[in-house]
Amino acid sequence: MFLRIIQDIALMSSVGVVLAFVMVIAQRWLSNYGELTININSKKDLTVTGGSSLLSSLGEKQIFIPSACGGRGSCGACKCKVNEGGGPLLPTEKPYLSKSEIESNVRLACQVKVKSDIKIEIPDSIFNIRRFHSEIVEIIDYTYDIKGITFKLLNGETIDFKAGQYVQLETQPYAKVKQSVMRAYSISSKPEINDSIQLIIRLVPEGICTTWVHNHLKQGDKVNFTGPYGDFYLRDTDADILFVAGGSGKAPIKSMLEHLKVVGTQRKMSYFFGARTTKDLYLTEEMQSYEKHFQDFHYIPVLSHPEADDNWEGRTGFVMPYFKEAIRDPKNTEAYLCGSPGMIAGVTKSLVEDYGLSADKIYYDSFG
Amino acid sequence: MDISAFVLFWAAIFTSNILLTNFLGMCSYLSVSREIDSAMGLGLAVIFVLTITSALNWVVYHYLLVPFGIVYLQYIIFIVVIAAFVQFLELLIERYAPALYYSLGIFLPLITVNCAILGVSLFMVIRSYSFIQSVAFGAGSGIGWLLAILMLAGLRRKLKEKLIPIGLRGAGISLIITGIMALGFIGFSGIVQVQ
Repeated sequence: MFLRIIQDIALMSSVGVVLAFVMVIAQRWLSNYGELTININSKKDLTVTGGSSLLSSLGEKQIFIPSACGGRGSCGACKCKVNEGGGPLLPTEKPYLSKSEIESNVRLACQVKVKSDIKIEIPDSIFNIRRFHSEIVEIIDYTYDIKGITFKLLNGETIDFKAGQYVQLETQPYAKVKQSVMRAYSISSKPEINDSIQLIIRLVPEGICTTWVHNHLKQGDKVNFTGPYGDFYLRDTDADILFVAGGSGKAPIKSMLEHLKVVGTQRKMSYFFGARTTKDLYLTEEMQSYEKHFQDFHYIPVLSHPEADDNWEGRTGFVMPYFKEAIRDPKNTEAYLCGSPGMIAGVTKSLVEDYGLSADKIYYDSFG
Repeated sequence: MDISAFVLFWAAIFTSNILLTNFLGMCSYLSVSREIDSAMGLGLAVIFVLTITSALNWVVYHYLLVPFGIVYLQYIIFIVVIAAFVQFLELLIERYAPALYYSLGIFLPLITVNCAILGVSLFMVIRSYSFIQSVAFGAGSGIGWLLAILMLAGLRRKLKEKLIPIGLRGAGISLIITGIMALGFIGFSGIVQVQ
């Protein structure tokens, strides 16, 4: 009886073993694409092992195409031109591509698998994007829900970025969150400091990354991030500048102002900071010191819901009506906006329709 | 059973169509019949899987399960063989037909639990088919399944422009059509009977 049971179990297991063996061989044989070449911009050749996605193959070679969702095909950020060897357009990509993009060979790097030699085109600025290892050296509480965190780069590395660009922070598993996610934050320190960066992060209720940053990170922790990304950076012109940003949107503006302080400027600048109450105001003294330092700079906080005991005597309501004190020549004014998609849309509409700014001089960084 | 394999093959397609007389393999039949191309792709995959797994399972049954007296394990072993084979097919399609791979999506792995596949392996045991009969029955059933899903896909394409009561749209009208198709197939039953 006992022998019989052992024999049956052995037979069943051997069926499993044989099938597993066949599958392993098949996997080796069918999913082995050998060494393949990725040609970038007809200039650079990379040799990679075939079979994985273009996004991760490039990542292994330290080329980081921006991707907010980390390669799940749900954000559509990792667009790049695949001119040869990308295979047919997949149904998973179609929703993220416009007709003209499809015609010019734009694909999602996370969905294209490298199965043959492949030719792609990416902007040169992407070559500058790297993965950095860092250690937290300082955490400042700016308000009850906004922290400024300074990351010192390890191994003597340096980062080269433009004031206004952002990095993507990689979270580590904590408490009940088992996976690692990537989240984008603007750099708030000036580009002249290249061995560390500061990020300003507001606590979002239920936010995976912001909860991790606010409640679990402490000085001395090691954190990785990639960057710099983005085309939201200070243009080098003589035009007047209008900054509009509230909350943690102050980060890229802070970086731009600190940068301008180093290089010097004669430009007329105004910064409108929208907040609910005085509890949401921060870095006010630093901003006021810029008013003294620059020839023509005004910091204008506007409170939407001032409380009675705030004793607020400044401006209230929406920021838009106050732009008229700052715009002297709409055709010679650049606007830099940073905030929620709703705020960006509202301010852009007002600037174009009510004040006559040209839409291509309005630069923004929207965090959704 | 001494019906010729040839007869069995035709019978599996028409008179005892696995889908229209036994109603096996309904879930992918209903979900992948929206477009003729993917219906064709899945149908071909089903033919392939059915033919090969009925052969494999026949060999496993007669040379492993029966001699060692473990016929009582047939469900588990059949399913494992089918699953391994579908996995193999998935690797194959991903490599050589990526567009088909993505349009089949979740339904390719779901062939693993397509009742038609296990059904054919079990019919073959219950009806004591020989090896040749089993392969012919498997291939015929696959072609019958393809025929049924192609007919439904073709009809559903026409249905897109028709006014259908809201409550019947989608699966509802498809099931009614399938019922009428099954009635139509009863017409074939005079030709040959194998049940």
